[in-house]
Amino acid sequence: MDLVTPGFGLIFWTAITFLFLLLILKKFAWKPILDAVSEREEGIKDALGEAEKARGEMLNLKSANEQILKEARAERELLLKDARDIKNKMIADAKEDAQEQANKMITQARESIHNEKQAAITELRNQVAELSIGIAKKVMQSELSSEEKQVALIENMLKDISLK
Amino acid sequence: MKLNILKTALLSILFLTISFVGFASNEKGKNDQETEFNPQEMILHHVKDAHSFHLWEWHEKSVSIPLPIILWTNNGLTTFMSSKFHHDDSGKVIVEANGGKFVKLHEKIYQLNTDAIVIAFDKEHHPTNAVKPLDISVTRNVFMMWVSVIVLLLIFIISARSYRKSENNIPKGIASFIEPLVIFVRDDIGIPMIGAKKYKKYMPYLLTIFFFIWINNIFGLIPILNGANLSGNIAFTMTLAVFTFIITTLSGNKNYWKHIFWMPGVPVPMKIFLAPIELIGMFVKPISLMIRLFANITAGHIIVLALMSLIFVFKSVAVAPVSIAFSLFIAVIEIIVTAIQAYIFTVLSALYFGMATEEEHH
Repeated sequence: MDLVTPGFGLIFWTAITFLFLLLILKKFAWKPILDAVSEREEGIKDALGEAEKARGEMLNLKSANEQILKEARAERELLLKDARDIKNKMIADAKEDAQEQANKMITQARESIHNEKQAAITELRNQVAELSIGIAKKVMQSELSSEEKQVALIENMLKDISLK
Repeated sequence: MKLNILKTALLSILFLTISFVGFASNEKGKNDQETEFNPQEMILHHVKDAHSFHLWEWHEKSVSIPLPIILWTNNGLTTFMSSKFHHDDSGKVIVEANGGKFVKLHEKIYQLNTDAIVIAFDKEHHPTNAVKPLDISVTRNVFMMWVSVIVLLLIFIISARSYRKSENNIPKGIASFIEPLVIFVRDDIGIPMIGAKKYKKYMPYLLTIFFFIWINNIFGLIPILNGANLSGNIAFTMTLAVFTFIITTLSGNKNYWKHIFWMPGVPVPMKIFLAPIELIGMFVKPISLMIRLFANITAGHIIVLALMSLIFVFKSVAVAPVSIAFSLFIAVIEIIVTAIQAYIFTVLSALYFGMATEEEHH
């Protein structure tokens, strides 16, 4: 029975000691420890949130970079294509010009050749006529130099004339 | 630096106590040795409170730390050291102090009536010519309680300081051992039982009872301090249970009182029937707390001591291995029980606070 009868002395001291312990620990231990723990937990939570945010931003940045890269590539493509087109056009133009020039030159040459030829032909013809007249003159002179020859010629001519 | 001062202070206290021990040691009557070994007496002597801190027997001398006896008598406050009784526990040695004559009988202090010279007993061995004055002595349980308080203060204040020193509130040293326990009390007792909104107010109380009970349970198991069975003393458990009861009652909201006196959701006759049951339940809860802790810890002590007593009951060394093996087994279980009982007391206290502050949810 003694075992289950609470003694006043121990109740008294337990109450005082416990209250003392509670107050001291509350002020100097539980509050700092719990505050530190929750502060750290908040810190970790914030840091994790920020890391998540930073990751999101990184992702956005990456996709933006990719977009820019893609655009740049497309623009380069475009520029290259334009340059190629311009080059081709320039070559084609140059070729055309050259062809035209050449054709013109050929035509001119042909014309001048033709003119030269005509002039040469005319000159040759005149010379041939002169030469022929000279030759004819010389032949006539030799043919009619003597009397017999003149008579022979007349005879000959008269022979051809048949009196019918 | 401050730690060193604390260490020095602790050591000085220790040496002072030891020097007292010297004074307290006293020769014991030889006939005491020859009396028949009585396990019941021995066990109850160990389990109950005492006025001196008995350490060991040395050359037939009892070595113990004397503790102050503080009494409130008709003549006012009376104090003297327990060593004045010279280890007498049968009421033979009479100490005169502050105009009164005092004897110690079965670890109780009696004041003899003014005309009495020796204590007289009736048939049931109750003193007939003496009264029990109001005893607020520092008994060995009170002494151990204070030792546990010093240990708790050292552990927790040092760990709290280590947070202030460290950057980013990272625990260091003893704090890294303490923090999981504190977080356990918060996350597995406080928050689930009371709720995330209101638990903060109760955390200091829950943490304090948890560690206070746990450390005193552990101290009760240390063999040389085995005299102190603080958490197995009903006065101690009653006081803590009363604190829980007071806090529960004071924090009870409208919903809590409604559940006691006018249970919602049941027909009127049932409400009338339930009200007295709930009212009794209100008191049964702290009483169950009180009895559970007291009975568990005391039972553990009794089993360990009973198993050890077997050696002396059988008067044979051959029993010793069995007896030691069994008591070792029980002692290991008791180590687990120290934590479990502290946990249960704290969980149930938190549960009662949670019930008292629960919001209406019907």
